[in-house]
Amino acid sequence: MGKMIGQRVVRLIATLLAVTFLTFLLTALLPGDPVNAILPPDAPRDQATVDRIRAEFNLDDPLLVRYGSWLANAVTGDLGKSYITDQQVTEAIKQRIPITFELTALAAFFALLLAVPVGILGAYREGRFADKSSSAMVQVGLSVPPFIVGIFLIWLFTVKTSFLGLPSTGWNRITTDGLWENLRTAVLPAFALSLAPLAYFSRLLRSDMVGTLKEDFVLSARAKGLKNRYILGRHALRPSSLSLVTIVGIQLGILLSGTVVIEQIFALPGLGSRLLNAIYQRDIVMIQGITVFIATMYVLINTAVDFIYLAIDPRIRKR
Amino acid sequence: MSTTDPSVQELELTDETPAAPRKMSRQSPKPRRTAKAAKRPGKKMPITAKLALFWLSLVVFGAIYAKFDNLLGQRLPLQDPRYQGNLFGTASRTETPSTAHFLGTDVLSRDSFARLVHGGWVSLIVAMSAVTFGVVFGGLIGTFAGYVKGRTERVIMALIDVILAFPALVLLLAMVSIFQVRSLTVISLVIGLLAIPAYTRIARANTLALANREFVHAAQAIGTKRFTIMFREIFPNVLPTLLAYALVNAAAIIVIEGTLSFLGLSVQLPEPTWGNMINEGRSEIRQTILPVLWPSLALTLTVLSLNQVGDWLQGRAEVRSAAL
Repeated sequence: MGKMIGQRVVRLIATLLAVTFLTFLLTALLPGDPVNAILPPDAPRDQATVDRIRAEFNLDDPLLVRYGSWLANAVTGDLGKSYITDQQVTEAIKQRIPITFELTALAAFFALLLAVPVGILGAYREGRFADKSSSAMVQVGLSVPPFIVGIFLIWLFTVKTSFLGLPSTGWNRITTDGLWENLRTAVLPAFALSLAPLAYFSRLLRSDMVGTLKEDFVLSARAKGLKNRYILGRHALRPSSLSLVTIVGIQLGILLSGTVVIEQIFALPGLGSRLLNAIYQRDIVMIQGITVFIATMYVLINTAVDFIYLAIDPRIRKR
Repeated sequence: MSTTDPSVQELELTDETPAAPRKMSRQSPKPRRTAKAAKRPGKKMPITAKLALFWLSLVVFGAIYAKFDNLLGQRLPLQDPRYQGNLFGTASRTETPSTAHFLGTDVLSRDSFARLVHGGWVSLIVAMSAVTFGVVFGGLIGTFAGYVKGRTERVIMALIDVILAFPALVLLLAMVSIFQVRSLTVISLVIGLLAIPAYTRIARANTLALANREFVHAAQAIGTKRFTIMFREIFPNVLPTLLAYALVNAAAIIVIEGTLSFLGLSVQLPEPTWGNMINEGRSEIRQTILPVLWPSLALTLTVLSLNQVGDWLQGRAEVRSAAL
């Protein structure tokens, strides 16, 4: 067990090093002088500015040395400063990450909330109409890109009907506007984001549960005369949800990057829209910083999933 | 989509090939065997996959025909996709469907149908080239890694794992942002590069299993060169699995390209893509949803179709490798 955790930790560190190096390479391998990439396109390029930037980014040092000092700064929370907005990258991330996190968590919550009953229903009525129709809907859910879902949600809830008076764009902060106002702006984007994981989760739960329902202990529970609801919810759900837990973790990471598009559609001031802005402005330092941050989060979440899996499934621990 | 009723053509399509043998077997003295055969996974093509193939062929044919017609000087009654519309002047620029504009016009009073048909071209090219890239390079690298084993394999797979450790969309955005000019070639190359890791993994896993088969041992015994074994014995047997995955992967790639186009980070603007059509139609969503609806439908149907055919093929590939 201890050896296994040690291995995972070593692998985590190696992956993080590689991921940060690759992100660093993105900017280091830019064609032409890196100064051109760092400076905004319309900034003056006099010798003094160029020299200052060369000194600040140690551009005269070899690549590996530059990576080393950049990484050392990044670990202490200094990802550099944008030359276009004059903002510290860490500052921008701190400002915008709560929105992205809330969106991700809410989307995962919606997806689970709906996927569990849909998955159970599909397994319980295997091969019947309810199973077939929900499987068909899952297929569609897996095929509709989230940005299309987002646009049609806006159209449906703010143009066609003014049901609940949901706003189409914008964000109310929990701290200033209260929970209700905050949720009013969060519910549509979170739902748009949740459709794809919802489809994954319910498909996975259904296929696992179909297997579980064929087990002997389900038969004996039925023989005891337990109610269907009790068998499905208590006996069968837990052993069927092992792989679901892993997938939820992996999907959290994917959702985190999926917010980029959703935030753009709903005009939410999250991390994703900041990344897009940086890309539109060719703000290389900002792109690099946010990419490294999201990638690191992604790797950390995936490692955490590994550990959770170790904790809940004793069979893996023994190996 | 086209002027002909789709349901009529579907019937024609199903009548042509698979239905004929089924009718014959129904008259044969042993109907039980056919029922059994139909139940075996992947044996018979389901109706959804047939519909999917029909839709995909419409999109591919439409895109190629429209592209070449446009290059050869506009013989089709389709509007030129580079037509920039009229920004000023007319009161209502967005028209509802009529005989002149089959699916109506978009916010710049450009014909939606023409742009829809042309828009398939970018999706088609990006998907085809990225998938080819993945199958060829990913397949070869994976086969190589799986066959030589040892340190080389570990290094290759570690590199692959690092690329897979990134959230794909963010890595893609970061890579795309480097390029000042985003041509079709650049987009295809970048997406193709990111498609390689998945194929490498599949090819390696299959190679590991294949390397212990009798025909490989036989080839080794008669002293065949290692590279010949890789290319002649193993790679052809890895290929069906890769191709089955390729269709599902193509669906994902079309979504990715659509997302990039939607964000304005794919090919430059006058060129219609489904993604940028959706983005342009979004601005006047309060007037009409139609300019958003058509490309959304086309994109979703295409992805759905690729998934259907891909799932069916993957089921077949599993059956095949089990029988091998």
